[in-house]
Amino acid sequence: MATTPTKKMAPRDNGAPDYKKYLHPLMLKNYGKWKYHEKVKPGVLKHVAEGGDVFYTVRAGSPRTLSVDMVRKICDVADKHCHGFLRFTTRCNIEFQVTSLENVELLINDINNVLGFPVGGTGNSISNIIHTQGWMHCNLPGTDAAGSVKALMDMLFEDFINERLPARVKISTSCCQINCGGQADIAINLQHHQPPKINHNNMQICELPKVVAICPVAAIRPATVDGKSSLEVVEEKCMYCGACHGQCPSMEIRDPETDTLAIWVGGKSASTRGGPSFMKLATFGLPNNPPRWPEVGDAVRRILDAYKETGKDYERIGEWIDRIGWKRFFEMTGFKFTKYHIDTYRFARTTFNTSTQVRL
Amino acid sequence: MVIKQKLDVKTPKLDELEKGPWPSFITDLKNLAKRKPAVEHLLGQMEQSYQTNTNYWTGTVLNLDGYGGGVIARYSDLAKKFPEVAQFHTVRVIEPSGFVYSTEALRQLCDISDEHSAGILQLHGMTGDILMLGSDNKSMHSAGEALMNNGWDIGGSGGALRTLACCIGPARCEMSCFDTLEVTKKITDTYISELHRPELPYKFKFKLSGCANDCANSMQRSDMPIIGTWRDKIQVDHQEVEKYIAAMGEDYVIENVITRCPTKCIALKNRKIEIDDSNCVHCMHCINVMHKALAPGKDKGVTILLGGKRTLKIGDTMGSVIVPFMKLQTEEDMEKLIELIRRIWDFWGESGLEHERVGEFIERVGLGTFLEGIGVEPDPQMVKHPRTNSYIKFEELTKPRMAGETKKAPNVVDKEIEGKETTF
Repeated sequence: MATTPTKKMAPRDNGAPDYKKYLHPLMLKNYGKWKYHEKVKPGVLKHVAEGGDVFYTVRAGSPRTLSVDMVRKICDVADKHCHGFLRFTTRCNIEFQVTSLENVELLINDINNVLGFPVGGTGNSISNIIHTQGWMHCNLPGTDAAGSVKALMDMLFEDFINERLPARVKISTSCCQINCGGQADIAINLQHHQPPKINHNNMQICELPKVVAICPVAAIRPATVDGKSSLEVVEEKCMYCGACHGQCPSMEIRDPETDTLAIWVGGKSASTRGGPSFMKLATFGLPNNPPRWPEVGDAVRRILDAYKETGKDYERIGEWIDRIGWKRFFEMTGFKFTKYHIDTYRFARTTFNTSTQVRL
Repeated sequence: MVIKQKLDVKTPKLDELEKGPWPSFITDLKNLAKRKPAVEHLLGQMEQSYQTNTNYWTGTVLNLDGYGGGVIARYSDLAKKFPEVAQFHTVRVIEPSGFVYSTEALRQLCDISDEHSAGILQLHGMTGDILMLGSDNKSMHSAGEALMNNGWDIGGSGGALRTLACCIGPARCEMSCFDTLEVTKKITDTYISELHRPELPYKFKFKLSGCANDCANSMQRSDMPIIGTWRDKIQVDHQEVEKYIAAMGEDYVIENVITRCPTKCIALKNRKIEIDDSNCVHCMHCINVMHKALAPGKDKGVTILLGGKRTLKIGDTMGSVIVPFMKLQTEEDMEKLIELIRRIWDFWGESGLEHERVGEFIERVGLGTFLEGIGVEPDPQMVKHPRTNSYIKFEELTKPRMAGETKKAPNVVDKEIEGKETTF
């Protein structure tokens, strides 16, 4: 891109910030020299270094979207208790760190009362829900993300501040099938039920060959409509995934009348025990019902109740279902198993039961 | 000069999200709206979305001078009603490795955001970036300049290397098997041009986790997961083992440690832990449960995988092993990694289709072909098992097609003594 020679530009390609400047002095001192950690109580971890230094981490739930005024308040708390350092986790929690147990309680008091944030999200709890932009800032969403997270976390609050589940539970939400929220023990994702509605009058903004190429099932082909270059969709082939919509805004996939939410279970990223796993369809057709999505909350609650009842220690939701079987999972949650739960895409046959091992 | 219209936006649906014990972003934004008109209009537009289940943002990507992306541009479809958010762009900013901050740094981001955007920060986006919401076509430039003048840099977008993310690693975790923070910074800095100027077939994400617990969620959310591991023995503190058994009981240890080992390589004999380390697959489970008694070995390194992503378009893919083990400690180790990345990008960049992630590319051309393309020897650790179908083209065993072409049968018997480290 051409730059105007007269314009004074800031330096480019600075690269990643120097994290060493942002490490708490005790983290810098004991970098790579930690010996073990212990749980003090839900939301509080104690790390002990080889040389004997003790370091307490207090984890707070955050709404992720923060006003600068709120971030400044967070900084005030970190200035007061944590030598002016703090960090965030992959799941958007905030971690404050102190060096003595007495300061832990003072810190928790300020987190709860000055910030209004809960402390928890460690160990066998439901950690903060990771989510996408939704109606706040995305160009593709069929639902909101931050709002449904807020509604769900209100419901799951006690499971955030306590560690009373068989193992950790990670939840994500996504507003379209691109699924930026990613794999999780429980994922709430929007599902479309119509082929894209093509705005033939506005196709000049899209690169048509790219739209044709992006369709996973080759359902899109070139067409001339009213003398203009456009596209058509073979509706029998279309899976309503919305890949074309991401490529071309004139291929509208969303429909407020028909879009619903589906719930997926059993995703796991860690290679522990049986290794990572993808999440699987649990139930579908839940109404997209802002501002509190009560039907989604009810479905998540059913999964968690069943899991709490029969899950064993260190058994993530996917591992729990592997042990008790999908038949029992559907019985316990009350979700109906339908033909739509049976995979029809590539690799579908690898998901069939090819043995006589059935639970009777 | 835009005349600030003071709309008294009513938000009955959003107000419902001010109830309940979890901190409400709506309450926070409503407070901010008192001094930021754009935020009031943002809430107004969101309220309309909540009323109609319809989204009102049209998207594109804008560039800062000298860069090929980094600003996620949003134009409001309701600009007449909510002119303050007619242009409401997000600037992506590269976060410090491990999401660590000084309050001084965070306050600086707040000041820049306050001056050049709507004063909304998201900590953090799903790729890892700091997101600064609410600049318009003009202030996104001044935001970018202010950020870069203060040493920050802009994150990736489009068909480029994306901003990296990693776990807290050795800064505060005894389980971390490599320096996730430093490697994240080194890859970012080495390939900062590829991050800013899209020249790859599609996006490419790295996530780095210090051990198999994968706190950075790399397996399914990054094209190239780099995960810490070790190749010697698990460290056992027998005194702590005894203490643990005394506290929890033998049955608990058998039920929660011994029987959960995926390769059954750990046993409890006479109240002592015995591990067949040659069969350990470094899954971390036993260490997670008995974290005072057990620890990763001392000869540490990484396992590198390739190709994780979500469904669109060929179906979900998990990263699969491309380097079973390599050391990642010295400058030379780092150079090897940097070079491997370059070879992957060269081969995929040349032969990948537009919008084809590297996992999809491997699926299309085959892992064998891909390995040849990047000059990495096949290794049994790369597959769960060898193929079960017989549809194979043994290149060396087919008839010569060209005059003078000599072929000799592949060497399938003799083998150099297997080193533990992959050569590539």
